[in-house]
Amino acid sequence: MLKISKLTVTVDGKTILNGLDLEVGPGEVHAIMGPNGSGKSTLANVIAGREGYQVTGGSVSFLGQDLLSLAPEKRAREGVFLAFQYPVEIPGVANVYLLKEAVNATRQHRGEEKLDAMDFLKLVREKLKLLQMKEEFLYRSVNEGFSGGEKKRNEIFQMAMLEPRLAVLDETDSGLDIDALKVVAGGVNALRSPDRSVILVTHYQRLLDYIVPDRVHVLAGGRIVRSGDKRLALELEAQGYGWVESDPSAVSAA
Amino acid sequence: MSQGAANVAAYVAAQREQAPALPAFGTPSLDASRAQALESLCQLGLPSQRDEDWKYTSTRAITRAAFTPAVAGAPCPGEFVSQTTIDGLDAWRLVFADGFWQPELSLLDDLPKGVQISGLGQSLGSEPQRIAALLGSALGQTPHGFIAMNSAFIGDGALIEIAPDTRVDKPIELLFISGCSGEGFLSLPRNLVVMGAGSQATVIERHVSLADERLLSNSVSELILADNASLNYQGVQQVAPRGFHVGGMFARLGRSARLQATTVTMSGALVRNDALVNLDDEGGFASLDGLYLAFGRSHVDNHTHITHNAPHCVSREHYKGVLGDRGHAVFHGRIVVQPGAQKTDSVQNNQNLLLSADAEIDTKPQLEIYADDVKCAHGATVGQLDETAVFYLMSRGIDRQAARRMLTQAFAADVLNRIELPALRSYLEAQAVQRLSPEQVRESES
Ligand SMILES: Nc1ncnc2c1ncn2[C@@H]1O[C@H](COP(=O)(O)OP(=O)(O)O)[C@@H](O)[C@H]1O
Ligand SMILES: [Mg+2]
Repeated sequence: MLKISKLTVTVDGKTILNGLDLEVGPGEVHAIMGPNGSGKSTLANVIAGREGYQVTGGSVSFLGQDLLSLAPEKRAREGVFLAFQYPVEIPGVANVYLLKEAVNATRQHRGEEKLDAMDFLKLVREKLKLLQMKEEFLYRSVNEGFSGGEKKRNEIFQMAMLEPRLAVLDETDSGLDIDALKVVAGGVNALRSPDRSVILVTHYQRLLDYIVPDRVHVLAGGRIVRSGDKRLALELEAQGYGWVESDPSAVSAA
Repeated sequence: MSQGAANVAAYVAAQREQAPALPAFGTPSLDASRAQALESLCQLGLPSQRDEDWKYTSTRAITRAAFTPAVAGAPCPGEFVSQTTIDGLDAWRLVFADGFWQPELSLLDDLPKGVQISGLGQSLGSEPQRIAALLGSALGQTPHGFIAMNSAFIGDGALIEIAPDTRVDKPIELLFISGCSGEGFLSLPRNLVVMGAGSQATVIERHVSLADERLLSNSVSELILADNASLNYQGVQQVAPRGFHVGGMFARLGRSARLQATTVTMSGALVRNDALVNLDDEGGFASLDGLYLAFGRSHVDNHTHITHNAPHCVSREHYKGVLGDRGHAVFHGRIVVQPGAQKTDSVQNNQNLLLSADAEIDTKPQLEIYADDVKCAHGATVGQLDETAVFYLMSRGIDRQAARRMLTQAFAADVLNRIELPALRSYLEAQAVQRLSPEQVRESES
């Protein structure tokens, strides 16, 4: 599904990712953990195609294509979805309008007909139910005046609508209370299938109780310094990140 | 003759020639006020950038060749009127060709009791003294030469009179069509809306061009609101790319009267709107909203002037502009709080979205406060589209152009959402969408 090789990224001349390797197979869920500022969001944003990040080396291939050569909207239409760590408020653009445009852009890209109003509404209602959201939410402006938790839930709702092949969730769990966390996890789990993959960027092990990962990686010093199965997350939870922060090079050498 | 007067000689001559044929000529008070306005025109001349209130707006494109004041009788194609109407708008309608009322194109059947709507010229003919006495009463001091010119030519336009405690349940649409006489003509409509105590009405004043030609419309509307009267006044300018429009709205509000005015400027080579409101008695409320789009080489100037003459009045201003290409806009918001107008509550807000590097905005608040217990806030912003929001939409599969367009529409929508008439609101939304086509929101360079 996704193959990242020796990825090096700089921001304003500062190297953030430094030779990062990561491979995510179809149907797999990978968790990426790491201290604040270690470059988790940078990785997520580079996958989505955000401006301001200079890729100075390495490659990213998605379903066999060179992902870095595609414009952000093309990546989205090909099936890449980023749930933002800080979802953007867009006053005056109703959620339903954004969803309709987004869903139809992707359908057109695949050579499918636009959804008619009836089918669209049916799809929307189904996904609203999945995320336990009220219909009135559709007519509110995108994220405007939403609580932190509502914003995160909205990201997952959009993901459910767009049914991506690869979902990158950037700290979707932060700021969620336990009920909201369960709902969000339910939304992600509903999407899991043999041909869909998920990258969970998270700071806490808590989310992984609800979305059980196949692999857990630790990002530090610009690369993956340790990988393991779900038990690694528990270990990190117990130890904290002190050990990578104090001497990342020692860890990567280990 | 003063310096300014040079550019008005043709208009002065035309007025002298036309005056005897103007409605109610020979009514002493009206003859006198027209003559006085002509005198002001001579003295003031047409404004130039040397005038503080026209500092950012050059009138040279208007003054470089004089326009010919139109006379009654130009044909107005009925099919144009039907093409131009607003879908689903159930309204009483007055149509004007170059400023002259066209009864046969108007819809005034079954006007309810207490509602008088007619051409001003006709009413001046039948009740010269009474109407002449009302004219000019909301105007105050003549702010500039264009207004003086309009007053010198007072002849036709719309007259709306609502009796006390009468609620008009349908909107009244005034549709002004410029260009019926051909290229190079000037229309000078004068409108008068008299709202009796406790009355309620909605009026739409729309200016459109028949063709894309060098045309000028110079329109003045006086709104007189007695105590507790409530008026929604929706101004719309859809002027052709080569057309010019100078419009004035002058309102006087009595005790606890409410004026909610919206001015939407879609297009035009040069559009200047003066909105002057006097809050004359306690409890008055005036809100002025505006949306202006300036693309191509369009120049749009909104000049508002609200005077709080009495305590406990509220004024609100919310103007937004979208500028692209080499569009230029001006917002000048003047608020005067007179001595004794305590507990004044006034908020002014102007926000601008610049879509190209060549677009330009001059925004200027001007607060003159002579009372001490008041709340006056003002703010202005000039910005580009939020790139984070553009990326957010792109990350959902929406291309850059479409994302820019969505955000631009969203920016503009907030003013249109305040329009209470659903048919007018959807019409303006559709017009704005058309104006904000992908080509208009494209980046100037990248
Ligand atoms: N747009 C940006 N501009 C400047 N610095 C940035 C930007 N994005 C990230 N950085 C810097 O890159 C480093 C990694 O940040 P980030 O990827 O957000 O880390 P994480 O998500 O792991 O907390 C930080 O030092 C941060 O300050
Ligand atoms: Mg982050």
